[in-house]
Amino acid sequence: MSLFNPRSAWTIYKQELMRAFRTAMQSILAPVLTTTLYFVVFGAAIGSQMSGGVGGVNYGAFIVPGLLLLTILGESTSNASFGIYMPRFTGAIYELLSAPVGVGETLVGFVGAAATKSLILAAIILVTASFCVDYSIAHPFYAFCYILLVSASFSLFGFILGIWADSFEKLTIVPMLILTPLTFLGGTFYSIDTLPEPWRSVAMANPIVYLVNGLRWTFYGTSDVPIGLSVALTLLFLVICVGFISWVFRTGWRLRT
Amino acid sequence: MQPILEIRGLTKTYKGGFTALKGVDLSINKGEIFALLGPNGAGKTTLIGAVCGLVRPTSGTIHAFGEDMGKHWRRLRARVGLVPQELATDMFEPVLRSVNHSRGLFGLPPNPALIEEILRALSLWEKRDAQIRTLSGGMKRRVLIAKALAHEPELLFLDEPTAGVDVELRRDMWKQIALLRERGTTVILTTHYIEEAEEMADRVGVIRGGEILMVDEKAAMMERLGRTEALITLASPLTEVPEALSAYPVSLIEEGRVLCYRGGGGEGSSSGTAEVAELTKALTRAGIDYTAIDIHESSLEDIFVNLLEGPEMQGAAA
Repeated sequence: MSLFNPRSAWTIYKQELMRAFRTAMQSILAPVLTTTLYFVVFGAAIGSQMSGGVGGVNYGAFIVPGLLLLTILGESTSNASFGIYMPRFTGAIYELLSAPVGVGETLVGFVGAAATKSLILAAIILVTASFCVDYSIAHPFYAFCYILLVSASFSLFGFILGIWADSFEKLTIVPMLILTPLTFLGGTFYSIDTLPEPWRSVAMANPIVYLVNGLRWTFYGTSDVPIGLSVALTLLFLVICVGFISWVFRTGWRLRT
Repeated sequence: MQPILEIRGLTKTYKGGFTALKGVDLSINKGEIFALLGPNGAGKTTLIGAVCGLVRPTSGTIHAFGEDMGKHWRRLRARVGLVPQELATDMFEPVLRSVNHSRGLFGLPPNPALIEEILRALSLWEKRDAQIRTLSGGMKRRVLIAKALAHEPELLFLDEPTAGVDVELRRDMWKQIALLRERGTTVILTTHYIEEAEEMADRVGVIRGGEILMVDEKAAMMERLGRTEALITLASPLTEVPEALSAYPVSLIEEGRVLCYRGGGGEGSSSGTAEVAELTKALTRAGIDYTAIDIHESSLEDIFVNLLEGPEMQGAAA
């Protein structure tokens, strides 16, 4: 038997996507509506009052990559964490653990589905945003690749969170109390370059700054940090997550008794 | 014949220090129904979990189909099925999709004909589009059995398969399990219900405190450890057991009105009942009249209770 069974991976992937569509109101409509409200309030209403924009980019358009990232980070993390936490919580995880399924199939299934859902959300949000603000994408291919990279990385992170959590509170605490504040402070609504010292240096310690600016570069060709650094850090995060999950499967930490 | 499952020195000690399995040795033969009996907390579910990959053993080896489960888990798990004790599955899924999912998880291509056959055999076909949460407890348990059968396992673990189901459904499930055996599936089931083991099992293992106390053929166990009890109601009370009956394991009860015989083997053995027949002849020869005879042979339950309650049995059995 081979080391990777595509059919097993596809089965998990399909199941997870179906679960997302089964709860479409909560998992698709709610984040789209929330992000759209941001575009309306900050982009169309407040942005129209700000002449000159930020770094030569209209304010409404400037916040599009950051808000997009805010949704992607939150949804990727939540989807993947719930995906693995729920079977752990209900006991249905027995089926996965007793099947001839390894870390490869599990990651492709759970993380792949969570990342796919984030990509779908991103597409819907971008289309919706076009009705509220006037934006453009300078490097559409790079933008797609970067969104994919971030979605996959944070889906992996969410998967780890779902394995670590032993309560619903712990499951929501990281997205609510860590990711969202860091994203808000990570240059979603402003350019880090506009901050005075020492706040600019403090802000540079926020890893989300590199993600927001990486995506902003693919939209407008400019960012507060080098794009290479953004991509390298995101890749490093992805590799660390994959390594940790491999260790989890090898040792059975929080999965097997 | 090589056993389909061979467990040697299996130990499981949890993080808190509790040892759930203490050097378990167990061999399961191909094609048999093996019942693992034991009280709550005996280690039944931990033992199953260790074989199926849910529990990481502390030490010991598990060989299935002649190969090491630890080394060849992918290949071997594909041939093993598990029906858990808890009704644990995505309750919002429709029955058919859930069973198809189980087959896909094991890396097998869809087989609608087989899935239909399984669902029909378990009387679930009519409910194939119903969400699992809408089914009764017994039906839900059948869904778990269907899910476990979807990848056509050669070795099937049933952890308390009839827990919480009514008598009619339980008997129905026994029929299903018997059918599985006819198809060549080896079945290992844990149960609290002695009746279940008595009805279905070829061999029985008794586990307590993480140790296997005894493993034997059901019939042999009943013959070896079973007893015949005969209550002979006398026409006139006796004050003491007559000399003519001193060779028999009898005693007087109920103020001498009933002669109680306890001896011989249990079910499948003729020694107890034959001795009772001899006893009745001896009574006649001694001129002692009787009005009724009530013969009772000990069940597997009696044996089980004796095994668990009688510490002297444990040493002999192990």
